[in-house]
Amino acid sequence: MTRYPSLLDSVGHTPLVGLPSLSPSADVRLWAKLEDRNPTGSVKDRPALAMVEAAEADGTLTPGCTILEPTSGNTGISLAMAARLKGYRLVCVMPENTSAERTQLLRMWGAEVRYSPAAGGSNEAVRVAKEIASENPDWVMLYQYGNPANIDAHYRGTGPEILADLPSITHFVAGLGTTGTLMGAGRYLREQKPDISIVAAEPRYGELVYGLRNLDEGFVPELYDASVLTTRYSVGPRDAVRRTRQLLDEEGIFAGISTGAILHAALGMASKAIKAGVPADIAFIVCDGGWKYLSTGVYDATDLDAAEAAIEGQLWA
Amino acid sequence: MAVEVSIPTILRTYTGGAKGVEASGATLKAVIDDLEASHPGIAERLLDDAGLRRFVNVYLNDEDVRFLSGLDTEVSDGDSLTILPAVAGGSR
Repeated sequence: MTRYPSLLDSVGHTPLVGLPSLSPSADVRLWAKLEDRNPTGSVKDRPALAMVEAAEADGTLTPGCTILEPTSGNTGISLAMAARLKGYRLVCVMPENTSAERTQLLRMWGAEVRYSPAAGGSNEAVRVAKEIASENPDWVMLYQYGNPANIDAHYRGTGPEILADLPSITHFVAGLGTTGTLMGAGRYLREQKPDISIVAAEPRYGELVYGLRNLDEGFVPELYDASVLTTRYSVGPRDAVRRTRQLLDEEGIFAGISTGAILHAALGMASKAIKAGVPADIAFIVCDGGWKYLSTGVYDATDLDAAEAAIEGQLWA
Repeated sequence: MAVEVSIPTILRTYTGGAKGVEASGATLKAVIDDLEASHPGIAERLLDDAGLRRFVNVYLNDEDVRFLSGLDTEVSDGDSLTILPAVAGGSR
């Protein structure tokens, strides 16, 4: 069905498309789950809507409430759209080193933006948001890093959709941020296909993001359960940018930079399958489109060095 | 087995400011012992009684060692080890 009563009802139900050019053989195939086809253009519409609806259902969110959320962009944009349609005020805490488009999009849907220092990245946004929450006890922080509705959105939506479209799936590859996609879709897929590999691609940023991190004050999302994963890769900016450009050049898919990191891990799985001589159907998440990252210059950079330099110091995933 | 170890900013006080150092050993544990011999104090920042500290991530050729064999993970000549603090994810 492609007709829905409203925009909010149309979240999810995204296409899964094959990658005939990047797939290494007829037996080892890559499949892209186009989450940029959601209402605000990212996979985050799923958890954002699920968290709002869960909070409404348990009475935490009532008409006129203010929602507060630490976000480096996509979740905030999704929440802003949902909050606008449902009549809530939204305050987002975002690291100052995120792309300019994100601020514009948040304000466009009516959200207020407060910035956290660039050094420390999302960890710092979480810390600042927790501070603001303690000063405003009547505000509702949905807190995507610890909210089970985040996982549930993928357990009920993303996972079943992928399995229905690709019953022969052998690998599921997604980004590791809040961990919601991997925990939710991963858990569902493993229940249905016990032998499946669930692979995390974690963005590895430049020095600035880690610079001031004290090893005793790190951050692991409350939702994270390592037992769901088969393995976990750290993907640096150069590989992420290289794969993002390759996805555009060879398959015509215009994706954001975190998708490049995920594709890098997916291609690694494909190489392993080829070496082992076993068939594989590898599904991975396209988190968002490239629109929000155009101002970084990654897409029209003359070469890989210039593209990598373009996102130095940015939170690109 | 000589491997290249990438050191996070916060630990470079132990390596004289070096971003990357060479170390050797057949397993991750042996490599950390070797690091400790050349850069005293660094092991205590990486390990506690239970093994790798909770907020320390170590990647062997970009793969998280917790999904390999942890401290017993075998390393080969020319491998690269990356040590990073755990951080919250990005576009979330």
